[in-house]
Amino acid sequence: MNDLGPLIPRDREMHPEPFWPDYKTSVARSPHQPLLSLESGPSEETGPTFGHSSFGPLDNNLILNWTKGAAPAVGERILMHGRVLDENNRAVPNTLVEIWQANAGGRYRHKKDTYLAPLDPNFGGCGRTLTDENGYYQFLTIRPGAYPWPNRGNDWRPMHIHISVFGHSFGQRLITQMYFEGDPLIPLCPIAATIRNRSQLDRLVAPLDMAHSRRLDFLAYKFDIVLRGRRQTMFENKPEGM
Amino acid sequence: MVQPLNHQPETPSQTAGPYVHIGLMPTYAGNAGYYDEEIGVSPISDGARGEVIEIVGSVHDGTDWALRDALIESWQADSAGRFPGQDGADPAVSGHCRFAADAVTGEFTLRTVKPGPVPSRYGRAFAPHISLWIVARGINIGLQTRIYFEDEDNEGDPLLARIEQRPRVDTLIAKKIGEGRYRFDIRLQGEGETVFLDI
Ligand SMILES: [Fe+3]
Repeated sequence: MNDLGPLIPRDREMHPEPFWPDYKTSVARSPHQPLLSLESGPSEETGPTFGHSSFGPLDNNLILNWTKGAAPAVGERILMHGRVLDENNRAVPNTLVEIWQANAGGRYRHKKDTYLAPLDPNFGGCGRTLTDENGYYQFLTIRPGAYPWPNRGNDWRPMHIHISVFGHSFGQRLITQMYFEGDPLIPLCPIAATIRNRSQLDRLVAPLDMAHSRRLDFLAYKFDIVLRGRRQTMFENKPEGM
Repeated sequence: MVQPLNHQPETPSQTAGPYVHIGLMPTYAGNAGYYDEEIGVSPISDGARGEVIEIVGSVHDGTDWALRDALIESWQADSAGRFPGQDGADPAVSGHCRFAADAVTGEFTLRTVKPGPVPSRYGRAFAPHISLWIVARGINIGLQTRIYFEDEDNEGDPLLARIEQRPRVDTLIAKKIGEGRYRFDIRLQGEGETVFLDI
């Protein structure tokens, strides 16, 4: 196989703090010891691939996929769309993007969610798709509601959609959350606050994108995702000093 | 001023949260039938070459409590050390699996084939191992680690060799508990803390 070079090391300053006392669950779940840093190898530079054959036609339509197209979900209809790129600004084609979210009232269809907002009989809350050859993906869904959670006295999650992306190698694996432009709960959220770098947090806030909205149908929000890149070099990949 | 680098930083991670299963393992979350085919149900299919093994374990927090909500993904080579897509790779090994801690006991089970050694740029091959990626609420960026096996030759493995505190090597080694059965516990913090990787 062609050696594309090792993955660019993660800049952990660009990521959330693992230990963040305001997010109480992180206190006992964050490692105390430093991570062991090593240049990536085949285990990190290869990764699973997924074929269109395992996907259904409504997999990226959360308005309709729970009822298999029988009835639409309740809520504000939105298009969530964007590109998956790498740190070298290259498109990441044909990669799996999965999302999950609460319904318009802020309730998840999960056996452990007991929030008093009702389930929507027409909404499941998850979707998946593959990026196209230019790295584009899109989901049709409803805007999730904010919801309260037991953390500090009265914490509420801003409206958000959870996103999981694979890339082309296991070392690129990423889960994050998309927030919505203008949500006043973002600056109050201890989970959003785990990202100390303000411009990095801004990158999780999707702008309203009127150009991609459809009149009398849905609003659009744009959300690009950047995964780790590979260190491309014409020089041989030999570890330094070894 | 200088020229701009043609580089943009990685999108920051956020916790997978308590409801990660609805997105990644709908059947586990109580939503069976959401998709015709779920992702990562098994890393092998019938006829996979090599020894079929089962690894059980649990993920403990800093108070030694086994997480009931952890979700783990694994990625591995086939029994000859080849990854899917590489020349000669076993077509019955997809190499990728998703599994969750049991909601009552916290125990997980991974059934797969034992991988072969994998070449490295360090001259010496990596000893047989399975890569893991662990997410859960309270974990703000997915934790990477590896499972090695106590009945394999781990001497000279370039990753294990980099662990300065030698007793910590043990945290990456699955213990044999029966024929084709291993135990691998993960400790997120504190005594016996698993070595996590930045790789
Ligand atoms: Fe959430």
